[in-house]
Amino acid sequence: MTTLLKNARLIDPEAGTERTGDLLIRDGAIAAVGGTEAPGGTQVIDCAGKCLAPGIVDIGVKVCEPGERHKESFRTAGLAAAAGGITTMVTRPDTLPAIDSPETLEFVLRRGDAATPVRFKPMAALTKGRAGREMVEIGFLMDAGAVAFTDCDHVVTDPKVFSRALTYARSLGALVIAHPQDPGLTAGAAATSGKFASLRGLPAVSPMAERMGLERDLALVEMTGARYHADQISTARALPALERAKAAGLDVTAGVSIHHLTLNEFDVGDYRTFFKVKPPLRSEDDRLAMVEAVAGGTIDVISSMHTPQDEESKRLPFEEAASGAVALETLLPAALRLYHAGALDLPRLFRALSLNPARRLGLDGGRLAAGAPADLVLFDPDAPFVLDRFKLRSKSKNTPFDGARLQGRVLRSFVGGAEIYRHGD
Amino acid sequence: MTFSARHLLGIEPLSQADILSILDLADTYVALNRGAEKHGDALAGMTQVNMFFEASTRTQASFELAGKRLGADVMSMAMQASSIKKGETLIDTAMTLNAMHPDLLVVRHPHSGAVNLLAEKVNCAVLNAGDGRHEHPTQALLDALTIRREKGRLQRLSIAICGDIAHSRVARSNILLLGKMENRVRLVGPPTLMPAGVADLGVEVFDDMCEGLRDVDVVMMLRLQKERMDGGFIPSEREYYHRYGLDAEKLAFAKDDAIVMHPGPMNRGVEIDGTLADDINRSVIQEQVEMGVAVRMAAMDLLARNQRATAAEGAA
Repeated sequence: MTTLLKNARLIDPEAGTERTGDLLIRDGAIAAVGGTEAPGGTQVIDCAGKCLAPGIVDIGVKVCEPGERHKESFRTAGLAAAAGGITTMVTRPDTLPAIDSPETLEFVLRRGDAATPVRFKPMAALTKGRAGREMVEIGFLMDAGAVAFTDCDHVVTDPKVFSRALTYARSLGALVIAHPQDPGLTAGAAATSGKFASLRGLPAVSPMAERMGLERDLALVEMTGARYHADQISTARALPALERAKAAGLDVTAGVSIHHLTLNEFDVGDYRTFFKVKPPLRSEDDRLAMVEAVAGGTIDVISSMHTPQDEESKRLPFEEAASGAVALETLLPAALRLYHAGALDLPRLFRALSLNPARRLGLDGGRLAAGAPADLVLFDPDAPFVLDRFKLRSKSKNTPFDGARLQGRVLRSFVGGAEIYRHGD
Repeated sequence: MTFSARHLLGIEPLSQADILSILDLADTYVALNRGAEKHGDALAGMTQVNMFFEASTRTQASFELAGKRLGADVMSMAMQASSIKKGETLIDTAMTLNAMHPDLLVVRHPHSGAVNLLAEKVNCAVLNAGDGRHEHPTQALLDALTIRREKGRLQRLSIAICGDIAHSRVARSNILLLGKMENRVRLVGPPTLMPAGVADLGVEVFDDMCEGLRDVDVVMMLRLQKERMDGGFIPSEREYYHRYGLDAEKLAFAKDDAIVMHPGPMNRGVEIDGTLADDINRSVIQEQVEMGVAVRMAAMDLLARNQRATAAEGAA
């Protein structure tokens, strides 16, 4: 079975190039890129000059199974991901209960593989119950398919526990993902300290809390030699520490959420709880520093940090409302704001969306090269639309982009060469 | 009259003209309240519900009296003791009350922004009686009325707001109002009780009280909550009183005719010297209470007029 995607604008994050050409898919993998003759019987799809890029690998998707299926299921998350050009969801273990044993992981794998059209790779908790006291069975969980270990937004506060988990993880080559925040400073905060939080009277945390958390983690990484990824960096003050660690040769990478790249604290406006995320939205200076850090490569990965919340948990006073935003379907259009603003070209953008996350997790995707799996997204970067949150495929509709004018529409998504989404269907 | 808003949620959305129209009407209610016949009929036939999710004696009594003097049917609910305890959400409580067709809803809530949230969900006029650390607009308006009557103007004055700025909604509303009216506002307090980024709000910040009070026309003291005195924000009550408590010695740095204000309830011997608080030549604390009733009458009267005007438009 062969498919030829012809006349596409090919976005190659590995080579850092874009050019017009064809792409041939054979047996679920990319067979050739460029101008090739298609064998007889090939299905031909005319891309009409639209962009073809490796499908997005999204680290940190919350699917609310087990525990809160009314907020999101593997089926709805998978459909949303497909419509958003995400071909691999890397799911979070902060479910109820947490995914901290081979048994719960097996449940999730069984549920997920049957229900989602996209690939999904589960992460497991680093400590039991994400409580920061005892490490999980890292070896068994890796055997069962966990691609990384993270307590998500819970910080492992005891440095002894964390350093032992890092040491043990290193011996197995496991990737540890952490949320760098000083938990003491962060406690109770709903906003970033500054003029906006003061005006709105919201309990706030200094951006310094992120740097303190990161500096501690990096010291322990230096001590243990573990593979470490900071899930979300959102403040300019944290960047020098990250740069130093990378320059020193530590096995360290970092991510940023799409919200911290495209929104700032003032977007919260009149206590709009759909803009309450964790960590809280930052200043415009911080946002610009994050965009620059992605462009310069200090920050490796852009992710959706997809966090479904139902109306009840958001329809509360700001301090009491739940954190998080859905973003599977808005990740690419929002990220294209950076492209349209001239901050990032498309190959650079897909380095952060597809290539880098795949590499970091040891996955084969994220590339537009012969031999790579044919996980692809075809999109029109210019198509304008106004987002209506009730049209999202996620069960939860808590997006900060409701009513926003966005540019960029996914036309088709492919996983292993099979079309899993087509716009208008 | 220019004040045409549906709710009074804060000082932030008000213009100079809005503020002046409320204060001008309040002046007439001061006169009414000082007479023997204290009754108006501006709110006759209307229902006013006071929902206080946080304990209050003074503000609640003031709103209650203001409504009664203008002929409204007033009901006060102590929300801590009611359905919130049974797990009902703020929105559900609001919707339940809304179904009873109140015309004016007076709300106090411990969380910033809670009153804004509630206002989105009900059909009647909502007055913010204090939300978290956000705003307390009628307090700022009554302070403004007091200042205007004492000083003869509400502009080009130098005003020091002193104490726990960080946790104070009174401070925020006053900073906004006094700024809008083109006064020079100074904030005085220990840095641990000063919110971040506050200098960007167009104020001067002092941590030395004598410096901060130098040549000001008005000294506005804030209450220091008991729970902040335990060493978390300041070392002790006595050190606070020594450095930031208002006494005659520190007041001497202000202008000779500077007035002393306090939103109450006072902690005598913590943020203010008892004798000074009672000094009728300097302290206008009792006047503030009196102005409070008049300002709340004016605010509710104007919101009721706006409501009637909207209803008339709808009918036409």
